[in-house]
Amino acid sequence: MAEEVKKKEKIPRQKMPEQDPKVRARNFDEVPLGYSPETAQLEASRCLQCKKPTCVDGCPVQIDIPGFIKPIKEGDFSGAIMKLWEKTSLPAVCGRVCPQEAQCEALCILGRKEEPVAVGRLERFAADRQRTMGEFKLPEKAAPTGKKVAVVGSGPSGLTVAGDLILKGHEVTIFEAFHKTGGVLIYGIPEFRLPKAIVQAEVDILEKLGAKIVRNAVIGRTSTIDELFDEGFDAVYIGVGAGLPVFMNVPGENLIGIYSANEYLTRSNLMKAYKFPEYDTPIVLGKNVVVLGAGNVAMDSARTALRLGADSVKIVYRRSRDEMPARGEEIHHAEEEGVEMHLLTNPTRFFGDDQGRVVAMECIKMELGEPDASGRRRPIPIKGSEFTMETDLVVISIGAGANPLITATTPGLQTNRRGYIMADPKTGKTFKKGVWAGGDIVTGSATVILAMGAGRIAANSIHEYLMIGW
Amino acid sequence: MFEIFEKAELAQGTVISNVIKAPSIARKAKPGQFVILRVNETGERIPLTMADTDPETGTITLIYQVVGKSTALMKSLNVGDAFQDICGPLGQPTHIEKIGTVICVGGGTGVAVLHPITKGMKEAGNQVVAIIGARTRDLLILEDKMAQASHELRVCTDDGSYGHHGFVTEVLKEYLDRKEPIAMIVAIGPVPMMKFTCKLTEGYGVKTMVSLNPIMVDGTGMCGCCRVTVDEVTRFACVDGPEFDGHKVNFDELIQRQRAYLEQEKQAMERFQGLRCQCKG
Repeated sequence: MAEEVKKKEKIPRQKMPEQDPKVRARNFDEVPLGYSPETAQLEASRCLQCKKPTCVDGCPVQIDIPGFIKPIKEGDFSGAIMKLWEKTSLPAVCGRVCPQEAQCEALCILGRKEEPVAVGRLERFAADRQRTMGEFKLPEKAAPTGKKVAVVGSGPSGLTVAGDLILKGHEVTIFEAFHKTGGVLIYGIPEFRLPKAIVQAEVDILEKLGAKIVRNAVIGRTSTIDELFDEGFDAVYIGVGAGLPVFMNVPGENLIGIYSANEYLTRSNLMKAYKFPEYDTPIVLGKNVVVLGAGNVAMDSARTALRLGADSVKIVYRRSRDEMPARGEEIHHAEEEGVEMHLLTNPTRFFGDDQGRVVAMECIKMELGEPDASGRRRPIPIKGSEFTMETDLVVISIGAGANPLITATTPGLQTNRRGYIMADPKTGKTFKKGVWAGGDIVTGSATVILAMGAGRIAANSIHEYLMIGW
Repeated sequence: MFEIFEKAELAQGTVISNVIKAPSIARKAKPGQFVILRVNETGERIPLTMADTDPETGTITLIYQVVGKSTALMKSLNVGDAFQDICGPLGQPTHIEKIGTVICVGGGTGVAVLHPITKGMKEAGNQVVAIIGARTRDLLILEDKMAQASHELRVCTDDGSYGHHGFVTEVLKEYLDRKEPIAMIVAIGPVPMMKFTCKLTEGYGVKTMVSLNPIMVDGTGMCGCCRVTVDEVTRFACVDGPEFDGHKVNFDELIQRQRAYLEQEKQAMERFQGLRCQCKG
């Protein structure tokens, strides 16, 4: 054994066992099954423990990656989670949903000659291990500062801000409009990609640390931002996401069976409509489903439709495969499960029956022209190429916008042309004193980890403001 | 949790009134606004417009008709029990100002929603006529309160068991035919009633506000379940409404969209009744 280590025999990147595509396409259980302790230790032993680790630069919240991998290798799993908690309050989430191939793992030195260390899988392992082992030590909090911070929205950025500031000794209250915390982690990302019990467990740790959570609180309606200051908060962080559904604006869009992805996923994930009638929220069960769009949300919608019993699920996208915004892994998983891709195709109208239910959709074929403002080649309709596609359920997943509830009720908060809040990217400060913003409500729809990164930056800036003034 | 403070059965046990402890909502709510409520952990989110609020006792009043599983489950709760979640106030408040003569027309449980608006219109200095209707006398609700909230109250029943024999639109037509100036009509009730009221008033050119009740999920503008077509444009009733200019609303589309889950609603109700029977042994 010792001799083998000396020779530095190459250990391949450890695979993660997964549910079989045919089986998993019909259940809501998680697809990847996670590392065993032995596999995790083996994978951890691949890390070279670089003195100047480049991987950390690829992490938007700068997790000490070699620092948490070393204890895993040595079998000190609680040491690993303590190291992770220094920089993230959501390791079980990030280990699952971050696009590591474009972040930490993209910069792993091993990746130059062989495959990079599976940082995400190891992060997930450490967090899962802590959760299933039950007893653990909470991270240590700084002495109370007497300052109060309101965090509006309990999505990834809000939870990061709350987690950081509570450890720095501030009093933190999170306001959430829904009856459950987690934002997109709860209502958006499906159970088979991110089990809701895991999100709940990470939020529970925040509550154990002393963060107050007020649910059913729609800031902008139940209280305005200015009223929060009147109530005694010293600073406010706005992390309400980009939760406004975008529709196609084509005829027939209000037929029954045409959902925004937000509604479809909220019904299924948050309200557990997939367990109807055990749960009370119903959902239209399509046999012949079309999902419009090709981002991660579209893949989630398509895979949800399969699990709800669809015979056929089609992704209909107006550009080509190269422009699909979803993660490669998500597209791969969807195709493995049987989702069909219909590219360079765009709907022009929907047809319904006498009950007002969608039965078909007219599409037009597209070709790609010159690159547009987004740098992607612009799709142009091909005249006369219209054709009809039958469908009994359409999920529109072509993006999201900024909900104006808060910006419309908060004087002094400046927004850009598209309604997103303007904030300094280096600090998260908005144009209004004492108010920070971050995540999708500033950038438009992006990723979980970028929202967390924005939360980290804002938390540092809020801490400075509270301790030494602006 | 939101505790039930008082419970009353208003009409043959099919219309229930709950007074609920919800101080932060009671403090903020204005006429025309609604809440989203979830009975228990497996419950759905349903919208209900507040019939009354009392900031002093920190309570809100919800009046609803038992029409399906969720409302039947709500009815089964008693004083001292609690709802899991109540979120609000949501939606735009009714625009209330002194404008002249206002006729408030209500049907069925819509009268509960109409009541705080009628009261507000009178308090603002308007001359208020209220016309309320129900299928039969036993189903009529809030007659006394509506009499207090208005200068003149007219009551109709479809079967003639009380007041005018016929629809609210017939009484409304009397007033319209008098050719006296009417600044505005507010119509709240079942969608067909609002539709026919608007058809009538359109001919007289009198502005008519309606409060729409599409299916909702979140109630904060993030899903578009409650979308309605108003003046050929898609609007979200939960954030842009629930009140709209009735002459611009596509009522037929709303009626169809309200029927989206009829089968599942029936299934849920049958399952609930089955479970209840087993409980009773």
